[in-house]
Amino acid sequence: MNEIKHNELRNSQQKAGVKLLAIWTLAWVVSTAFLRFGAEYIWDYQLAYSAIALMTHLAIGIMMILVNVKHLANLDELQRKVTMDAMGITLGVGLIAGIAYEQLEDIKLITFEPEIGHLIMLMGITYIISILIGNGKYK
Amino acid sequence: MKNRLKVLRAERDWTQADLASALQVSRQTANAIEKGKFDPSLPLAIKIARLFNLTVEEVFIVDEV
Repeated sequence: MNEIKHNELRNSQQKAGVKLLAIWTLAWVVSTAFLRFGAEYIWDYQLAYSAIALMTHLAIGIMMILVNVKHLANLDELQRKVTMDAMGITLGVGLIAGIAYEQLEDIKLITFEPEIGHLIMLMGITYIISILIGNGKYK
Repeated sequence: MKNRLKVLRAERDWTQADLASALQVSRQTANAIEKGKFDPSLPLAIKIARLFNLTVEEVFIVDEV
């Protein structure tokens, strides 16, 4: 009975963790947009406002990392392995693809300037696919 | 690594969900361990063995190298 209660508690903690992570990730995305477009359209690149927006952005980013660490700690060991494997693959793909992509313009294989947004999209897709494959493997 | 989890569970008429609950892991994890797809950590292996009042060696069979 205690174990069932413990499992229910663990499940609710995991759900709350995912929800919290989603909220902080969304806050980080919003703060990124605010930092970028706020300087251009709201405070006209005034140094003090830009510094405050940057500090806020970094503080939210740190919170997002801490919430992610807590979320990882609430997973059981297989869930943690699947997540860590996906993170490792995403980091590798991000590094390899990021450096190669950055050099495309230098070696004149593309005419436009590489954008960080493309790399983030690639990393996001890689992470999702890795999680799906990892979960499928241990089904 | 092979194991006797399916037999031990059947002897007690437990479902995978019951086992997962007793071990405080997800059902996916209990299933992956039982099928030999995922090797548990030493603390979890000990917890499994204690749950059945057995030793780790009596539950898990290490493949010959």
